[in-house]
Amino acid sequence: MSQKVNMPERAPQIRRKDFKQVNTGYSKEEMLAEAKRCLQCKNPMCVKGCPVEINIPGFIKYLVEDNPSEAMKVLKQKTNLPAVCGRVCPQENQCEKSCILSKKGEAVSIGNLERYAADATSNIEDNIAIKKNGMKVAVVGSGPAGLTCGGDLLKLGYDVTVYESLHDSGGVLRYGIPEFRLPKKVLDIEIEKLKKLGMKIVLNTLIGRTKTIQNLFDEEFKAIFVAVGAGLPVFPKIPGENLNHIYCSNEFLVRVNLMRAFDFPHYDTPVYSGKNVIVVGGGNTAMDSARTAVRLGANSVKLIYRRSEEEMPARREERRHAKEEGVEFITLTNPVNFLGDEKKAVKAVECVKMLLGEPDESGRRRPYEMEGSNYTIDADMVILALGLHPNPILPSLTKGLNINSHGHIVIDVNYMTSISGIFAGGDIVGGDTVISAMGMGKKAAKAIDTYLKK
Amino acid sequence: MYKIVRKKEIGNKVHNLEIYAPEIAKNAKAGQFVIFRIDEKGERVPLTVAGTNPQEGLVRIIFQEAGKSTTHLASLCEGDFIRDFVGPLGHPTVIKHYGIVVAVAGGVGAAELLPVIKELKTAGNKVITIVGARCKDLIILEDELKQESDALLFATNDGTCGVKGFVTDILKEVMDTQEINIVYAIGPVPMMKAVAELTKEKHIETVVSLNPIMLDGTGMCGACRVTVNGKTKFACVNGPEFDAHSVHWDELSSRLNSFKDLEKISFDNFTVRRECKCRKK
Repeated sequence: MSQKVNMPERAPQIRRKDFKQVNTGYSKEEMLAEAKRCLQCKNPMCVKGCPVEINIPGFIKYLVEDNPSEAMKVLKQKTNLPAVCGRVCPQENQCEKSCILSKKGEAVSIGNLERYAADATSNIEDNIAIKKNGMKVAVVGSGPAGLTCGGDLLKLGYDVTVYESLHDSGGVLRYGIPEFRLPKKVLDIEIEKLKKLGMKIVLNTLIGRTKTIQNLFDEEFKAIFVAVGAGLPVFPKIPGENLNHIYCSNEFLVRVNLMRAFDFPHYDTPVYSGKNVIVVGGGNTAMDSARTAVRLGANSVKLIYRRSEEEMPARREERRHAKEEGVEFITLTNPVNFLGDEKKAVKAVECVKMLLGEPDESGRRRPYEMEGSNYTIDADMVILALGLHPNPILPSLTKGLNINSHGHIVIDVNYMTSISGIFAGGDIVGGDTVISAMGMGKKAAKAIDTYLKK
Repeated sequence: MYKIVRKKEIGNKVHNLEIYAPEIAKNAKAGQFVIFRIDEKGERVPLTVAGTNPQEGLVRIIFQEAGKSTTHLASLCEGDFIRDFVGPLGHPTVIKHYGIVVAVAGGVGAAELLPVIKELKTAGNKVITIVGARCKDLIILEDELKQESDALLFATNDGTCGVKGFVTDILKEVMDTQEINIVYAIGPVPMMKAVAELTKEKHIETVVSLNPIMLDGTGMCGACRVTVNGKTKFACVNGPEFDAHSVHWDELSSRLNSFKDLEKISFDNFTVRRECKCRKK
């Protein structure tokens, strides 16, 4: 078996000083060498591992022939955002995990190949013939679920309008994922292609407040897909959490990514650049926050996580990148108190050591406090990456739209909510990754098509 | 893009803009706010809606030049456009028949108070309005406030208009002579805090409209969190109005100062001439 071609990366000591992409992408030779590793299985397990069921051997076959534009056509049958997926999907848990080569050695780098195909064809327009059916569908939220669902409906002939409350589209891809993992230019290109296919994106519109769901039905939208995401940060409910320079990861990342605070005062939005930063959490958002803090000039960034590294939800690659860039992991540790100075700014975090007990409902071992193990770590900035609750605005302002005890919108097997004609997907129904949101958007598009053709 | 249809300076460095945004104009209610962003590099700034004109599709905002963004906005003219304008955000004021309402505003808070007292008056309340400012020049909207109030009283720091002193001096007097059903206050934090302390002693229900630092204004970022009754609340989705007696005022004050040094850098870097372009025409 030939050896896997690793994605070239910029050296940690250089990349930690800027926001440019960490992974620089395959060269043509590297792409060809990696594509040739694919065995072209008759019964490809990788496809079953992909939430949007991309014909993986199909697109790789064209890459072997050095034909990225044909490869792209295969990709576009299933995904509207291949340049995004190639970069941010956790392939190691999905397609690559199921790759037959992974049984004996290393899987084909499917994500890297997908990224190559998308990047190599970024200036080629999608030539997709669409037969318009004249029916209007509204999508609420322009994140991965909304763009996927909207894109699929567009290709099925629907007249699609996507509403976004922020001043720019892309949702978490725009405000959450940093430039060094997903350059905004790459995202712009993919969204621009959807617009060229006819997608209308209306910004600065908070559905529920600027206009209601009922207004949309009055405007002759025949179905509505709600993909408003997870939009309410979780705070730990411990003393001092509202001290200055304690951010939730969303605020920190929105300031830096969406508002471009890294370029302050050239851009107006400021962000505090801590010298001794503590990030709390073990997910991808925690890694993004820690690595962003490094790039803003912190002398020390410590990541505190209550379980061990094994249980961290963050991708292996993100963890490795973070460590290479100097982020120190302090596992089996939890904050219990934030201590402030006379100006009400955080100066230290009191932590407690944790032990792992029996597995909980998530299958991971449940952490509990080691009594008397409290100690403090100095910090002038804390970033809390503890997850998000679903955004309550639209459900609370839409009569008859049922939510469960977690605040997620309740949907049936066809992604339909308690209101006929309103569908929902992504984090607002309990999704947790970009690709799972995209998978739901895709299935919802099919369900909406079936519903409207009845 | 959102057009500035009308612009007027209504006080010293206090500006009244009417912006074309028909959907917001149609749906905004008293107590709600909007967020504006002037251009590509601008920050998102929340402002309470000072009124609407749904027929013409106009949203009225009133602000005082304070930092970079407000100074920049003040330098724009009728016919100019701002890039982003989103709203209405937050819960509207709860309007019902309370009886006697005392509405207290400090500085440009008077502008934000206007639609609230208008609605309260329509709902059959007796509205006593108290407005405080540093001096006479900073008192705005006197005629309109008078029209919506059963009584309108002023307090200025230098005594150039009304009572010399603070709004709380007048409020104390009103509390001594009238049976007040509810107090509504909007303005600088020290003023709202002082009002809250005063009415708490007498157990008078008091509602305040808070304006902490915000980014998205839709619940996403948690920047606007305030402690109310010991619990963390988000002003953008849970507020902006809260029970004044439950707000952790000192925390709100210190959080508002989070970016003071950086805000100064931004302001000092701002190179657009402070002088409004309109005056030169």
